[in-house]
Amino acid sequence: MTSFLGASSSSSAPTALRPHDAPVFDRLERLLPFVQKPVQYVGGEVNAQISDWDACNVRWALMYPDAYEVGLPNQGVQILYEVLNEQTGTLAERTYSVWPDLEALMREHGVPQFTLESHRPVGAFDVLGLSFSTELGYTNMLTALDLAGIPLHSVDRDESHPVVVAGGHAAFNPETIADFIDVAVAGDGETVVLAISEVVREWKAAGSPDGRDELLLRLAGLDHVYVPRFYDVEYLPDGRIRRVVPNRPDVAWRVAKATLMDLDAWPYPKTPLVPLAETVHERASVEIFRGCTRGCRFCQAGMITRPVRERSITGIGEMVKASVDSTGFEEVGLLSLSSADHSEIAAVAKGLADRYEGTNTSLSLPSTRVDAFNIDLANELSRNGRRSGLTFAPEGGSERISKVINKMVTEEDLVRTVTAAYAAGWRQVKLYFMCGLPTETDDDVLQIARLAREVIKVGREVTGSRDIRCTVSIGGFVPKPHTPFQWAAQLDHESTDARLMLLRDEIRADRQYGKSIGLRYHDGKPGIVEGLLSRGDRRVGRVIEEVWRDGARFDGWSEHFSYDRWMAAAERGLEGTGVDVNWYTTRERQHDEVLPWDHIDSGLDKEWLWQDWQDAVDEVEVEDCRWTPCYDCGVCDQMGTSIEIGPTDRVLLPLSPVDRSALLAPQA
Amino acid sequence: MRYAKTGRLRFASHRDCARAFERALRRAGVPMAFSSGFHPHPKISYANAVPTGTSSEAEYLEIGVLEHLDPDALCAALNSSLPDGLRIVEVVVARTSDLMTRLEAGEWLIELPGVEPADAAGAASALLAAEAVEVERMTKGGLRRFDARGAVVDLVECSGVSGRSESVVGESCAILRLVIRHGTPSVRPDDVLAALAAVADLAPPIPPRITRLAQGPLDEDARTVQDPLLPDRGESTVGS
Repeated sequence: MTSFLGASSSSSAPTALRPHDAPVFDRLERLLPFVQKPVQYVGGEVNAQISDWDACNVRWALMYPDAYEVGLPNQGVQILYEVLNEQTGTLAERTYSVWPDLEALMREHGVPQFTLESHRPVGAFDVLGLSFSTELGYTNMLTALDLAGIPLHSVDRDESHPVVVAGGHAAFNPETIADFIDVAVAGDGETVVLAISEVVREWKAAGSPDGRDELLLRLAGLDHVYVPRFYDVEYLPDGRIRRVVPNRPDVAWRVAKATLMDLDAWPYPKTPLVPLAETVHERASVEIFRGCTRGCRFCQAGMITRPVRERSITGIGEMVKASVDSTGFEEVGLLSLSSADHSEIAAVAKGLADRYEGTNTSLSLPSTRVDAFNIDLANELSRNGRRSGLTFAPEGGSERISKVINKMVTEEDLVRTVTAAYAAGWRQVKLYFMCGLPTETDDDVLQIARLAREVIKVGREVTGSRDIRCTVSIGGFVPKPHTPFQWAAQLDHESTDARLMLLRDEIRADRQYGKSIGLRYHDGKPGIVEGLLSRGDRRVGRVIEEVWRDGARFDGWSEHFSYDRWMAAAERGLEGTGVDVNWYTTRERQHDEVLPWDHIDSGLDKEWLWQDWQDAVDEVEVEDCRWTPCYDCGVCDQMGTSIEIGPTDRVLLPLSPVDRSALLAPQA
Repeated sequence: MRYAKTGRLRFASHRDCARAFERALRRAGVPMAFSSGFHPHPKISYANAVPTGTSSEAEYLEIGVLEHLDPDALCAALNSSLPDGLRIVEVVVARTSDLMTRLEAGEWLIELPGVEPADAAGAASALLAAEAVEVERMTKGGLRRFDARGAVVDLVECSGVSGRSESVVGESCAILRLVIRHGTPSVRPDDVLAALAAVADLAPPIPPRITRLAQGPLDEDARTVQDPLLPDRGESTVGS
């Protein structure tokens, strides 16, 4: 079949454009018959926004560096896409990672990385914005840069190249990718992308004075914007960091995260994208609050997004309506880090269930805590649609570990909730755990089996049936920056795997309950690479480049991930530094160590984090500051923010019925 | 309903199109009938879908609705709701229950950029002159070998009379008009192309553009495909 492609790939480019700005769809189209799921590359989705290229002078390409099926549902990208496209003179288009089959054909035929709206080369844009929810997207960034013809290293770019901006949770430690990005943005992106746009606009309007260096210097003057090249990292003889110091006079020593307040004023996305290819989340999503102060010590998301800011019940109602009307999705996910914690979640669920009665529109809460969940809530959620499975995340199997991680969920809570669920007709419950938590022993992990047995035992009692199941899903813990566990030693992958095998054998050996318990686990190797990338420093950049040159792509996908390739690349990349993978992962850090991300200010007081780390080891728990007095984590003081929660005591009024008269046939 | 799947949307799979339809129906506020049961689904049935990558002017689906709707209003509402590339051509109220079985044959247009019309015409004649031409195709069950000639009702080179798609560029472009009888195993246009390669070494230098033009009852004598919605149109239409 590839014989078709032997012919010249010449095509008639519109002459009015600079050649490298011209759309490449004609050339791409000829490659599409030969790749898997070609529809993911054609764009044209409902609610995609096509702006007039020539009417805009600031043009963003937004990238989620994973496949379309994972990237399209990403809320961060969809929010910024709308926020930017609403601005006069600014446009934003999207680009996702291409699979290796298309990558090979694009290289062979000289087709560059393209956007899905106008199918223009990514290199033609002013800004390339990348959203990293996970570090495992770093190699995909390099593929995109390379396919776009953008030099991999920031230092090799000139004013003709896009400014490469990294955001998302992984950008809270941008050091490992400092060589490849020009700018990192910490925190909520909504207002920062607007500020960046204006700096780019002014600089371009002034005739791009003093080239790229001047543009980056102006960007570095913005709040929440970090430009790695303006900082030097000095090391101690033992390999630790001595200090990170600005190398330009007007550059801030620390860069603080951005915090968006008043979510009701930012109801994005208003018209969510409706994918053509099937994606991992086939639903509309409405973010019902941002931030979480439950204080789980392993949870980076909870630590870096403080304080809690709720969207009001009426704001939620409006967003759900706008989403359902503009997309036709049958499911709406009410998103947050712990959705049942919304101060008016019961009224939200009931109000929405009333509004959408009889319309086959179902609601889901993708993350619910065991202690905040109740059956009334679950019944409201499934009233107009499917009854989805129940998933809870106790995270730790033993009461002791629960105290270490501050999950604040007791075994009693879990058993009570699951019992109620079985009694109310659910037949399957999924439980998430982690392995390799600080201070963990084999026994802590074996307690997971005991807990699962208890769940099945009471389930059989309340239902009088043996037809119930519990699935235990467990993965290796990776310590993350800006959490109390940022100092912790990561468990090596051999020990992680050994504990998982012990757990598996324990469950298998149980003749009474074992057959009702499913176990899903991931081996510990990918976690070590994730650990290297999440707590690494600038020296790890060479490892990323080495492994990418050796073919690493789509590291979040088990069928593409190669641990051996990563370890070989680390060997080469870290040669001569005196540090290695273990130094970054399984080594416990001390109080006085300068951490690579210390100059990115998440608002958390480092002394408070250290104290919380000590409390963890001592098995001391900390309450949620929404319901108990402030314990001075530092965020609100440092950032000038405060908790924004209800109740508002407002209610959702019924929607006026849809007018169908235009569709009806005249009465005979 | 007859609908067209064209342009970039030809790369959408049947499942992709089905999801797009369900969502367009919801956005347009069409009062759909749902199946009963634990997982209710809107009542939509699709006729034999065109392969991914192939355009069509003649796909068919049936929907069940709860109220008596105006076909033209429904057509307009859906067309303002569907993504570019999916377009409802015609809506009629079903008066029969055997639309699917009336789709006996399909008419196709195969554009072959970079192929001389005379070469394509010669290959078509060679294929029609053959008794049978075995081709191979990968299916879910593995590599299958079957005859691609028997199902071919007609195959003519028609670049002199047919216009070509806008995006098909190049000096020469042969265009084949093909009529295939539906059957088991189903013979698809790419099987016919494989047969042309087998009998006459026809090897297009770039991917052909294939479009389904019509589906319906086969007129054996005229070697054409009839309108399958004819029995569903009211008396007024039948008489005209």
